[in-house]
Amino acid sequence: MTSWLTRSRQRLTGFIARRETPDNLWTKCKSCGAMLYTKEFEANLSVCPECGHHERIRAAERFGQVLDEGWTPIAVASPSDDPLNFKDQKRYPDRLKAARAATGEPDAMLLAKGHIRGHQAVVGVQDFAFMGGSMGIAVGNAFVTGARAAIAAHCPFVLFTAAGGARMQEGILSLMQMPATTVAIQELKDARLPYIVVLTDPTTGGVTASYAMLGDVHISEPNALIGFAGARVIESTIRQKLPEGFQRAEYLLEHGMVDIVVKRHDLADTLGRLIGLLMRA
Amino acid sequence: MVQTLDFEKPVAALDAEIAELTADPARAAELERAQAKRGRLLADIYKALSPWQKTLVARHPDRPRFLGIVEQLFEDWQPLAGDRAFADDVAILGGPARFRGRSVMLIGHEKGHDTQSRVQRNFGMAKPEGYRKAARLMEMANRFGLPIVTLVDTPGAYPGIDAEERGQAEAIARATESCLTAEVPMVSVIIGEGGSGGAVALAAANRVLMFEHSVYAVISPEGCASILWRDAAKAADAAVAMRISAQDLAELGVIDSIVAEPVGGAHRAPADAIARLGDSIDAALDGLEKLSPAELKADRRAKFLAFARAA
Repeated sequence: MTSWLTRSRQRLTGFIARRETPDNLWTKCKSCGAMLYTKEFEANLSVCPECGHHERIRAAERFGQVLDEGWTPIAVASPSDDPLNFKDQKRYPDRLKAARAATGEPDAMLLAKGHIRGHQAVVGVQDFAFMGGSMGIAVGNAFVTGARAAIAAHCPFVLFTAAGGARMQEGILSLMQMPATTVAIQELKDARLPYIVVLTDPTTGGVTASYAMLGDVHISEPNALIGFAGARVIESTIRQKLPEGFQRAEYLLEHGMVDIVVKRHDLADTLGRLIGLLMRA
Repeated sequence: MVQTLDFEKPVAALDAEIAELTADPARAAELERAQAKRGRLLADIYKALSPWQKTLVARHPDRPRFLGIVEQLFEDWQPLAGDRAFADDVAILGGPARFRGRSVMLIGHEKGHDTQSRVQRNFGMAKPEGYRKAARLMEMANRFGLPIVTLVDTPGAYPGIDAEERGQAEAIARATESCLTAEVPMVSVIIGEGGSGGAVALAAANRVLMFEHSVYAVISPEGCASILWRDAAKAADAAVAMRISAQDLAELGVIDSIVAEPVGGAHRAPADAIARLGDSIDAALDGLEKLSPAELKADRRAKFLAFARAA
């Protein structure tokens, strides 16, 4: 399991800083360090024009990029918080509260319905900014809701994954989301509707080992980190340095786990084309 | 000689005293008292095990393992090897067998019993080919109408370069899917460690049982502690917070029943523990055999969907 905590903390503070200070005119590319005019960077789908780095984006931005105008959010239920009464250095409800305040989102997966290049679809986006996208009951619930909305509308379910893994604060109940979401995928399969996964940076742990790897088609954004075990866990187990490009999208493509690596600019076209073909529309 | 765990030291001290008394026929009365005291002490300790102590018991090297259980409870076991794609992984074993009059498909993790076999079996940490073999055998069971019995005992799926490059995540996801697709009765037992995705891939069953002192968790207590507390030494706290004991999991509705262990844990009286396990598996299968194939699949799907609180 990777440390989503560390990373999400950095993300959250970064996000707040960007909102509240006037110097958000400029964005520094996290990969090459180029200073980019924020408006232009966002108009470029948050892809660095200098090095091609695909920055992690928020759910709302993703919906806007992929769906045709006129898309609508699908409400997701908020299941009861803190089923285990979990406390580590902080109480879990306090962590949830902080994440909700920072993101304005109820939990780590949001849903929308609309069209992709004219083809109807239900789209789910896992938001890494919300506690590292971690999979708990709310994420499982959103996933099932999305799959069933697709079945009801007789259209594909397109899911963007991003997560460090399972949400430890929900203990075994987070692990149970692996079979729970798998059942929802079987319902899509029974209905003969496409389930398309777009793996974004990063997708690891229990999320990869369940709904991220059970798609009819696996698409990935360039250079996205995708794996089961975190790099640190592997290194400490085998006491070896990891090879260059290990667990990156292109590595998974080479090893047969991903169908296509698609740049963000081509994503909507690719999804639209695939849906048209698979739905014979 | 059973390996003594830290919290069993008071018992070990009494054992030493008992050994001394046994050598002296004149002190028979004292011996009897000491033995009674030892029995009470052991029972008291095991009644009050903390989740972390249970983790240590669940990992005890003398705990009943897959092969010992097969030997005592199953007949005509025919191990089948390989995932038909890359290799055979001996961290997961499987094949058809007879269990109390019925043919079943038996699958499970095997950790090994000594240094050599532990290394050979990668300490029960399976690679993709192990999960793919399990999926293959579950699909075969489904074709031939054999109930599936799985015995889960793994620290987790193997985290290594080779496992990643052959699609560890995909293999686990597919095995979980195979559990959920089968239209035959499926009973899983957590016999020792139920380590995260590597465990659930064999345990998305109609009935999930747990040995009394086994544990089942989304991440090891050490792993959780090092991430959330930034200190692996807080494993005992993490074990409490995550609620990993059979008793907690029964309360949460994640498991269906607990298989009682002999006083002092299954490792002290493995044959007794295994016999109880057999009765529990038998009872669970009996209950499921009344359901039709479609009902068995629907039962499993409804059970796991409920964890997402989605009806």
